[in-house]
Amino acid sequence: MSFISYLINGVSLGSVYAIIALGYTMVYGIAKMLNFAHGDVIMVGGFVVFTIVSSLGLPPVLGIVAAVAICTVLGMIIERVAYKPLRNAASPLAVLITAIGVSYLLQNIALLLFGANTKSFTSIVSIPPLKLAEGKLMISGETIVTIISGIIIMVCLTLFVNRTKAGQAMLAVSEDKGAAQLMGINVNGTIALTFAIGSALAAVAGMLLCSSYPSLTPYTGAMPGIKAFVAAVFGGIGSIPGAMIGGILLGIIEILGKAYISSQMADAIVFAVLIIVLLVKPAGILGKNIQEKV
Amino acid sequence: MPLLEVKNLTISFGGLRAVDDFHLSIKKGQLYGLIGPNGAGKTTVFNLLTGVYKPDEGIITLDDKDITGLKTIEINKAGIARTFQNIRLFKELSVLDNVKVGLHNHHPYSTFEGIFRLPNYYKVEKEMNERAMELLKVFDLHQEANYLAANLPYGKQRKLEIARALATEPKLLLLDEPAAGMNPNETGELMDTIRFVREKFDMTVLLIEHDMKLVSGICEALTVLNFGRILTQGKTADVLNDPQVITAYLGE
Amino acid sequence: MDKTNSKFKLSKTTKSNLITYLIVIIAYLTVQLLLAGGHMSSLMEGLLVPLCIYVILAVSLNLTVGILGELSLGHAGFMCVGAFSGAFFSKCTQGSMPDMLRFLLALIIGAVVAGVFGILIGIPVLRLKGDYLAIVTLAFGEIIKNLVNVLYIGRDSDGFHFSMKDSISLHLKEDGEVLVNGAQGITGTPHDSSFTIGVLLILLALFIILNLIHSRDGRAIMAIRDNRIAAESVGINITKYKLMAFSISAAIAGVGGVLYAHNLSTLTAQPKNFGYNMSIMILVYVVLGGIGNIRGSIIAAVLLTLLPELLRGLSDYRMLIYAVVLIAMMLLNWSPKAIEWKERFRETYFSGRKTGKSETAQVSQTGKGVK
Repeated sequence: MSFISYLINGVSLGSVYAIIALGYTMVYGIAKMLNFAHGDVIMVGGFVVFTIVSSLGLPPVLGIVAAVAICTVLGMIIERVAYKPLRNAASPLAVLITAIGVSYLLQNIALLLFGANTKSFTSIVSIPPLKLAEGKLMISGETIVTIISGIIIMVCLTLFVNRTKAGQAMLAVSEDKGAAQLMGINVNGTIALTFAIGSALAAVAGMLLCSSYPSLTPYTGAMPGIKAFVAAVFGGIGSIPGAMIGGILLGIIEILGKAYISSQMADAIVFAVLIIVLLVKPAGILGKNIQEKV
Repeated sequence: MPLLEVKNLTISFGGLRAVDDFHLSIKKGQLYGLIGPNGAGKTTVFNLLTGVYKPDEGIITLDDKDITGLKTIEINKAGIARTFQNIRLFKELSVLDNVKVGLHNHHPYSTFEGIFRLPNYYKVEKEMNERAMELLKVFDLHQEANYLAANLPYGKQRKLEIARALATEPKLLLLDEPAAGMNPNETGELMDTIRFVREKFDMTVLLIEHDMKLVSGICEALTVLNFGRILTQGKTADVLNDPQVITAYLGE
Repeated sequence: MDKTNSKFKLSKTTKSNLITYLIVIIAYLTVQLLLAGGHMSSLMEGLLVPLCIYVILAVSLNLTVGILGELSLGHAGFMCVGAFSGAFFSKCTQGSMPDMLRFLLALIIGAVVAGVFGILIGIPVLRLKGDYLAIVTLAFGEIIKNLVNVLYIGRDSDGFHFSMKDSISLHLKEDGEVLVNGAQGITGTPHDSSFTIGVLLILLALFIILNLIHSRDGRAIMAIRDNRIAAESVGINITKYKLMAFSISAAIAGVGGVLYAHNLSTLTAQPKNFGYNMSIMILVYVVLGGIGNIRGSIIAAVLLTLLPELLRGLSDYRMLIYAVVLIAMMLLNWSPKAIEWKERFRETYFSGRKTGKSETAQVSQTGKGVK
């Protein structure tokens, strides 16, 4: 029974990773950059909800709406100010370092506003835990909400990308920016939209993550951000279904690893699995392996 | 005995036979042309000869040595060097260093000697510099020796690629569209250079080219490829007058 | 450039290298003068050895990122390996040989072990490309940090005992001593590092890297960076040279690690010192100093380490300012618009002076060339 409980927790954590990884993978697919600040947007989302719900005592719905709105705008501002000027820079490393700068910036702003102490986050979920098998298996409300949100987001995003004009434009820009521009697609607008969606997802992930693991510091977003990035690479970076599969697998591996192998080595296990997957499939599970033409 | 002997060379990519039952025989010192419409499989033949792709079938022998299926670097050591259709220089290295990379395997010294600047380092580097400058002079590039390769004009970049290939002391030189993007003057100059290289280095050359003036001007024999298969093969004049070839190029 | 004989070029790179050494030596002498005159705060004094460590790390990472052209985010992992192997050796042999000899051996051991890790990790990693390679190096770095945290080594009259669980499962005898104590790391490493040794090691690292770059092997490595397929076509052994650059880079990072370990009484592996954050910080030095520009790495490492300290008066705001400066510098140095603007500015005010871009091979447009 404990295995099933671990598995469910794994899927729940994996859903959070998947939601973050979706943002990562969309941004990577379209802007071809590792957005190191993505994880810190999660933290911003967490602090917005913390301020509104825990400090001001306002209803959680308001917190959720505000967090999504603020993160969306933040993501677009970051893209416009810090990344867009470097889109055609001579080295792809330039924008990577800038993203690191943005990451430091967000962390330090949070540090100034909220201090370094760990804040205990009040869960935004008020659903009672689900008891199964005569109380032997208990699933918390947070877990249920997280898994359900994960499913809803994945379905909506898939529909958005495949069924709407804006989604198709996104695919076109990620395939070939120049050609998309010639076809009359607003490339800048599409990239901004991608950052907006990615950051909104990060806000949602932040709330879910902090509800399940209720401690919040300015550095809360960094490690989940890195792990979600690992998940995106794992599934094949640039691929939306890949990010979902990668995220969920990663969550399961982490929780099972913690439970059955060693809690101290859970991170090492996650990273080791990534390495093994990439050595067998160098472009990830669902990634396309493109060979250089001679 | 031919220098290069290719028999029954075949490769498919996902069901498409890119090169089908290709054969070729080039004598030492020959200037040989490989022509055909776009997408006929000419560059694929080069990639097969240099080990970029492994053939599904067929045998390649160079100077009586079977080189089928060897890796690119082994094939280079066996004596085939090439240039590329889309120029591939070491852009951030100087013109001189580009050629010195070509000399790499023929002028060795150990990493230790290199880092600690032992006498052998100076001796070999001096040899390399002299040899590289010699090669650059052949291509009239010696005055730009210290330029970055990326800063050379297009025509000179093509020449530098040939110089770099020659630095590896090949028996057979493969040139992939050496005149692409050159004006008639530059093409004429290139023809002289290729002839000169053949005389001076006693070189055998196989080239892919679309410029018929160059092909008819310097190639002694031709193979025409169409849809991965050999259309015709033989002396240049005969091949170019073959009605099949004219149809392949101009359509029905 | 009327006559370009080989002698001229050789002397030019030699001159450039000498300037780099000279900068380091002058900086060293200046610091010594300040120290002798008592013009340096104890805080700054405490920063001297870390400065050397960062410079060594930045210079060595530049070999991987700038010269080999592969993005590594796991450099701190090699530093960690060097630190722990060196400190472990010192801990085991303390008192059994002269201090200087022991430290020298520790440095060599740290370099060799980190170099071997470089080869072991490089073999699988260097098959990957671009961002995939980056994330896998990050993963290896994190694994190393994580494993060190669960490593327990003890010694008693029976010899060495290992465990990955806790210090009790080492089953040491009464006379036993725990040398590596998991997350508590290694305590009581002798304090052998000094600014002078740090500077000597910087000079050694520079000597190795600069001479490597300007040798046959360095050319092969840069050829692979510029065009792998062309390098292969002229007979360059890709795997050999990639591994060579990667492992030398790792070994030098290992030396930085040994220096780090012998500057502290307690050595632990934390996200702050050996995690990906450290790797990224070093990468920032490399990129800001100019990718492939060894001298630039030194300057960037020094300035960026000092910057937060110089801003100490601003206390809480200093890291914020650091972040803003970092972003602003990247935008100014790399944005095509900013570059264009700067060039126009130069043309307006310094017209008549040639930019000299195509005049010499030593100037690179994309910043990847060797300077």
